[in-house]
Amino acid sequence: MKRALALVTFLALAALAQGALKVGVVVSATGPAASLGIPERNTFLMLQELLDRQGGVAGRKVEFVILDDASDTTQAVRNTRRLVEEGVVAIIGTTTTPASLGMIPVVAEAKVPMISLAASKDIIHPVDAQRFWVFKTPQTEELMARAIVADMVARGVKTVGYIGFNDAYGEGWARFFEAEAKAKGLQVVASERYNRTDTSVTGQALRILARRPDAVLIGASGTPAVLPQRTLKERGYRGLIYQTHGVANPDFLRVGGKDVEGTLLPAGPILVAEQLPGAFPSKRVALDYIQRYEARYGIGSYSTFGAHAWDAWLILRPALERALKKADPDKDLAAFRAALRDEIEATKGLVATHGVFTFTKEDHLGLRFEDAAVMVRVENGRWKLERVFR
Amino acid sequence: MDATILGLLLLDGVQNGVIYGLLALAMVLVFAVTRVILVPIGELMMFAPLSLVWLQEGRLPGTLGLALALGALWALLERGRGRALPLLGGVGLLLLFLLARGSPALAYLAALLLVVYLGVATYRVFFQPMRAASPEGEHRGATVLALLIMAVGLHVAYQGLGLVFFGPEQFRPDPLLQGEVAVGLTWQGVLVLAFALVSAAALYLFFRRSLFGKALLAAAENRVGARLCGIRPEEAGMVAFAIASLMAALSGLLLAPLINAAYFMGFMLGLKAFVAAILGGLVSYPVAFLGAVLVGLFESFTSFYASAYKEALVFLLLVPALFYQSLRAKGVEE
Repeated sequence: MKRALALVTFLALAALAQGALKVGVVVSATGPAASLGIPERNTFLMLQELLDRQGGVAGRKVEFVILDDASDTTQAVRNTRRLVEEGVVAIIGTTTTPASLGMIPVVAEAKVPMISLAASKDIIHPVDAQRFWVFKTPQTEELMARAIVADMVARGVKTVGYIGFNDAYGEGWARFFEAEAKAKGLQVVASERYNRTDTSVTGQALRILARRPDAVLIGASGTPAVLPQRTLKERGYRGLIYQTHGVANPDFLRVGGKDVEGTLLPAGPILVAEQLPGAFPSKRVALDYIQRYEARYGIGSYSTFGAHAWDAWLILRPALERALKKADPDKDLAAFRAALRDEIEATKGLVATHGVFTFTKEDHLGLRFEDAAVMVRVENGRWKLERVFR
Repeated sequence: MDATILGLLLLDGVQNGVIYGLLALAMVLVFAVTRVILVPIGELMMFAPLSLVWLQEGRLPGTLGLALALGALWALLERGRGRALPLLGGVGLLLLFLLARGSPALAYLAALLLVVYLGVATYRVFFQPMRAASPEGEHRGATVLALLIMAVGLHVAYQGLGLVFFGPEQFRPDPLLQGEVAVGLTWQGVLVLAFALVSAAALYLFFRRSLFGKALLAAAENRVGARLCGIRPEEAGMVAFAIASLMAALSGLLLAPLINAAYFMGFMLGLKAFVAAILGGLVSYPVAFLGAVLVGLFESFTSFYASAYKEALVFLLLVPALFYQSLRAKGVEE
């Protein structure tokens, strides 16, 4: 008994001496982006329990310091500063693009590696002195636009119309989609805009209909993406309708109902993990994540957004193990952070829930659309796998 | 552009325009009686269909708590027998909501009465004390600017509460009338148009024919004079808010199946109604209503020709309207 007690004391002291590896996490657990941020936070809570059971990484305890930015850029930047001062080895987050962009100068100045969970390509491109420290896991519009255009070409689409949000989301999609479409010989015959809060898009729909495109892409996210699709159908449009991966949540299906039947959209493979062919690289990892998440939070509770957070940890964990061999965070934190960054960039062929990550000096997203996007169709109010690009 | 497109654009413009028109009428009414520019009318409108959706799913909406809290404050502000009205109203509302869970017909009534109660309580709790607290007595009261600032504050607060109560996504209640009359016009759309015409006519009759309506007009025209004739401006304000909330709630309930309801839906609708009301100089009902239809048509055509600039062009309409009003004004500001 005495011996056991002594051993426990010794271990505790040893653990204290070494200290836990702190990983900073910033997510939008409240505010308008909460439906994305909450599954991300839940994923880290789940990871914390898992790591506590496993005893951490390479024999060292890992502690996630999770902060909420309330979907606000200022708060995200403040959180980042606080995490840097607390001595975290890396920062994961945040949920939204503007706030992630705001965090970049802070982590670059402090020389802390960061893995963002937001969509835009601007977060990691071009890899300049500041973005040297920044990586991200979600697919960009550019990557998904490539998948959509590939699908359109395969279906023999010649002319295409676009209608999207009159904000950064819709403009980003317009830019990348129209460039990719032109490069592949598609003719963009209409490019319209509308607002999330609009109550009618009849004018835009009529303009698109007058040009008779073979397909229409709706560059919108969430439930406001339903309105153009319903209006087009009500006005007698019979061609193909594409949406972006911004609608891949159950609310879109709930509000859309039968109006969104037959919609085509690109999505991360995890959205239809069970339907993926056995040889698809992400299938096993995605099913593993879904099973763990549903065991913790209930059947049907998982979302593709929480999986981006899981991917960030899948990348960070082996990099941490390798970096621990090169430097000791307790003796020289700055050297360890630099070593960790190099090890993240050295990630090659890492299979995650949303694709296969291979970072290079020029590419801090490291996904190819063949592995990271699949085409999905809405059928009987469910997501159905339509095509893989491999 | 061919005849079909023209027809559909006209129809779409009128359909949107009459909704702005209803809200603009409510705004003009409230402004005339109380000098409050009712910015949160869009939020009152949004509360109705979202509360309905919550009730239909058997849940009690957060708006009920808000209404009861404001009702309690209202009761505290009143003295003596005046307390009976908010207290009875609050208890009645609570009972109605408990009954209405799972009963679709009652749910409509409950959502409607909730918004009316909330609207009146908003006036009593937030706007009426501002008038009484003014150092110069009743003649002047709080300035239009102070009332406007309060209104904008309430708009932001109610929209934030809407996000907390109902979440960020949209909801779509079933339409009361299914099916389509012709291409571009659903039965629900016809219902909205009919409701707009009936309520415009009802307002006209109310103000021209009924004693109570005349009293409201008198209070709007000259507060002191009305008071000398035994009309209490406070009561007039409450009635104006009740009518405005009723119109907002009804339009919200009728409109939601066409446009989907969400916490953010109110602001743009309210703002465009405000543009229409400004076209009417915040005094003229017919001009405000016609102005609203004009805004709807203008919006519909700009969305066809230049969708990226639609919102900017609609709000540019404010410039000539305000310019014209400033030329007409005879320099008597409050």
